[in-house]
Amino acid sequence: MRHFLKFAVGTAIAGLMAGGAYAQDTVKVGLVISMTGSQASTGKQIKAAVDLYMKEHGDTVAGKKVQVILRDTASVPDNAKRIAQELIVNDKVSVVAGFEVTPAALAVAPLSAEAKVVELVMAAGTSIITEKSPYIVRTSFTLPQSSVIVANWAAKNNIKKVVTIVSDYAPGADAEKWFIDTFKKDGGQVVETIKAPLANPDFAPFLQRAADAKPDAIFVFVPSGQGAVFMKQYTERGLDKAGIKVIGPGDVTDDDLLPQMGDAVIGAVTAHMYSADHDSAMNKKYVADFTKAAGFRPNFMSVGGYDGMHLIYEALKKTGGKADGDSLIAAMKGMKWESPRGPISIDPETRDIVQNIYMRKVEKKNGQLYNVEFETFKDVKDPAKIKK
Amino acid sequence: MLTILFDGIAYGMLLFVLACGLSVTLGLMNLVNLAHGAFAMAGGYVLVLLVNDLGVPFWASIVCAFFVSALIGLVMEKALYVHIYRKSHLDQVLFTIGLVFMSVAAADYAMGSSQVFARIPDALQGQIHVFGIGMGRYRLMIIAICGGLALALQYVLVYTRFGSRLRAAVDDQRVARGLGINVGSIFALTFAFGSGLAGLGGALGTEILGLDPTFPLKYMIYFLIVVTVGGTSSITGPFLASLLLGIADVAGKYYVPKLGAFVIYTIMIVVLIWRPQGLFARAANK
Amino acid sequence: MTEPTPTAKLATQGILARARWHPLEFVFWIVAFGSIWFAPNKHLILTEIAWLALFALSLDLILGYAGILSLGHAAFFGVGSYAAALLAKHGIVTEPVLALFCAGLVAAVLGFATSFLMLRGADLTRLMVSLGVALVLRELANQFGWLTGGADGLQGVTMEPILGLFRFDMFGHNGYVYCLVVLFVLFLAARRLMASPFGLSLLAIKGNPLRARAIGIGVDMRLVAIYTIGGFYAGVAGGLLAQTTAFSSLDVFSFDRSADLLLVLIIGGTGYLYGGIIGAVIFKIMQDYLALWSPQYWPFWIGLVLVVMVLVGRDRMTRWSEPLRALVNRLDWRRTPS
Repeated sequence: MRHFLKFAVGTAIAGLMAGGAYAQDTVKVGLVISMTGSQASTGKQIKAAVDLYMKEHGDTVAGKKVQVILRDTASVPDNAKRIAQELIVNDKVSVVAGFEVTPAALAVAPLSAEAKVVELVMAAGTSIITEKSPYIVRTSFTLPQSSVIVANWAAKNNIKKVVTIVSDYAPGADAEKWFIDTFKKDGGQVVETIKAPLANPDFAPFLQRAADAKPDAIFVFVPSGQGAVFMKQYTERGLDKAGIKVIGPGDVTDDDLLPQMGDAVIGAVTAHMYSADHDSAMNKKYVADFTKAAGFRPNFMSVGGYDGMHLIYEALKKTGGKADGDSLIAAMKGMKWESPRGPISIDPETRDIVQNIYMRKVEKKNGQLYNVEFETFKDVKDPAKIKK
Repeated sequence: MLTILFDGIAYGMLLFVLACGLSVTLGLMNLVNLAHGAFAMAGGYVLVLLVNDLGVPFWASIVCAFFVSALIGLVMEKALYVHIYRKSHLDQVLFTIGLVFMSVAAADYAMGSSQVFARIPDALQGQIHVFGIGMGRYRLMIIAICGGLALALQYVLVYTRFGSRLRAAVDDQRVARGLGINVGSIFALTFAFGSGLAGLGGALGTEILGLDPTFPLKYMIYFLIVVTVGGTSSITGPFLASLLLGIADVAGKYYVPKLGAFVIYTIMIVVLIWRPQGLFARAANK
Repeated sequence: MTEPTPTAKLATQGILARARWHPLEFVFWIVAFGSIWFAPNKHLILTEIAWLALFALSLDLILGYAGILSLGHAAFFGVGSYAAALLAKHGIVTEPVLALFCAGLVAAVLGFATSFLMLRGADLTRLMVSLGVALVLRELANQFGWLTGGADGLQGVTMEPILGLFRFDMFGHNGYVYCLVVLFVLFLAARRLMASPFGLSLLAIKGNPLRARAIGIGVDMRLVAIYTIGGFYAGVAGGLLAQTTAFSSLDVFSFDRSADLLLVLIIGGTGYLYGGIIGAVIFKIMQDYLALWSPQYWPFWIGLVLVVMVLVGRDRMTRWSEPLRALVNRLDWRRTPS
């Protein structure tokens, strides 16, 4: 038995080392996203963007072959954690990327810290995520970034009374808190705050409640994919006719669903970091190529995926192909580049994204609905981290 | 306040149309069909495809949604469901959950995983105000259609020959067979009709509930609640149960938004403990 | 004392034989523990299999032995999971084994309380009541966000070493050994329990509740007892999940989890205790393989497997387990010289 044990442990160690040797010419990226379940639409956006980037830039960088391993979390955070762990332990990935919801990103953070593996957050938007491990970097956005700006804008544009409706989970709480704090400081009044359950998006009763408070506008945050139901019920309730505006971070007028929402959304004002209508040559090409390859319009989640891949490629170029967590994260800090959404960079202090936030209004262009940008706030850092 | 009541009624009516097919199949053949929502989803997608991609008028598409789902139901009944009538409840649960998984993945493959909506005619958008109560036009239409359907169903069940045969078969299958009633074909028809109704409900509900591939899973629980609370021996049971649940759900969310779906689950448990056969089941049934 | 009749003798021996171990069972557990050494890089998925097996075992106790159809077994799993995570997070009980026991107890209390709801009604009513309980608990967990973390899940849980000695390492080695040992110990207990008069009386109830009542078996009391025990087992399984992942989220209560569990148990076969374990192995490996092969559409294939399984006939499909089942239950009886 003892001999057997020794033998077994020996083979296991040999196996591990062999795996390590193989890993030297390939850099593996674990893509942990939901391809099934309630968040599937977000997962597909990210997947399509990653595929597009790989198609445009090839799979070899700095002499290394980049291999993306796609794993489905079925929209369950526990799965995200187990899968990330398997990817790190068995597949020896250099980067775990993806994470469309905050709980998944948070659940993986301790692993990233312990294994010293870069966790690249491509979608989740709660401010606190990047503070949970020194190896987390984000290419999406944080909710305070847009919430603060939309609050400033509202106060300046004759909106005095607001009702907030947010989904009841961490990003919703973030959006609500930063909006209310800023809006009150600017002299606005928040008459009611409503939290809608994350899982059951029947907004009719909440909207009725909001309507009964007779505000000038409703500040709303719902996760990507739920915006259309919200806007439908907003119209059905006649809130558009009652002169109650919709404002909020851009999640509610998600580009993916916008064409379906009907003309009633025209005029909704949101602040966000990406619109498919963003006016730059790079974005025009991006939208055209993406739509051609995937069959649907890219939304703000997709640019998170696209830029995430770019960040990995550029970091590998900088390290000369060294793919350990410390070198990669060091290379990623302070990285600056031009994205389809505009100029962006990674804050070297917080590893969070610094980007332009645009004020947009939904308008009809060539028969299709778009978020049309009308004001730009340059190089916005995550406000939640500036204060510290 | 009255607007809430109105919304609740509309929601309840919709639940009724979605679930009443399930209630009949359960009562008639003792078949636990968890895949019922898949037929509703089929109806919804038919509507969306016809209206958005082929430009068929809304009303015609609603009718199509009914017939397409009914046809799918008929084919499925003849091809698959006939094999599982005699199996245990456990088998039926497994089989129909399997169908749900397949339909979810298939819809995802065919239609994408984003939510979709059909373009609805302008006449149905917005609200009208009657005596100061704001009523959504779309919801008003749902109440009209579903209310009419409920009445028609009740009429068919109580006053027609088919209805009496159906009731006979539900009450005692063996005796019904003995009397020369072709229970098999009654069931096939009923199953198809129930699926058609689910498709109609799915089509009507697209605007309110949203439609994505996880629809059959998301709403399966609601259908089951309607059926178990309402009992399976009549149309009125599920109808009243749907209304009760619809109103309770909407009012619950309005007055205590934090509790969410808590209200209807609690109602269900209480009802089932109080009357295990369902709230409106006839006494001494089965 | 009169001499017992031959039938009675045979029955006695049969009952005794149920308690005896068959060689195949030894092989089974040797292979299970062998996996610690021969599959070191599979320990993460094996850990999942271990707690899922325990969870399925708990459903087998109530479904396979007492015939209670439940679609809400995740209620106990979830309560156990949150209990274990909370105990660790707030430093109330930091030693995992003890905390695991507490988690099981909490779930058992819930099992006891809800068992009375399960006494009434037929299959469908039970199905819906159990489902309703799980859903209500899910909503409650969502409500009490300050305690459970709500929809964000319970973050920031750190687990102390097992018995103060073995850390939950990142490779999942210690976690796996821990889960496997817990599974084995609880399996032994269940095996012993089911071979006892109590277990046999449960089978009688499952066969025909009315008859069982007529021959003087306290049906309700026994159902309450087994439901409570089932709750304990499920709670421990949930606790294992929370401890090995240092995390707990609302998903532990979800309907999908209860439904998957039913599938696991049915694949393995009910009523002989090994069904849950074998089902867990097959289901997890199948799911993992399919999800790797087709990350977008794997549910379709799982669905197909289920549909085919029912159409072909569950009895026929699970007949492969028949030898083992027969060996455990019957062969010994026949072989015993009378």
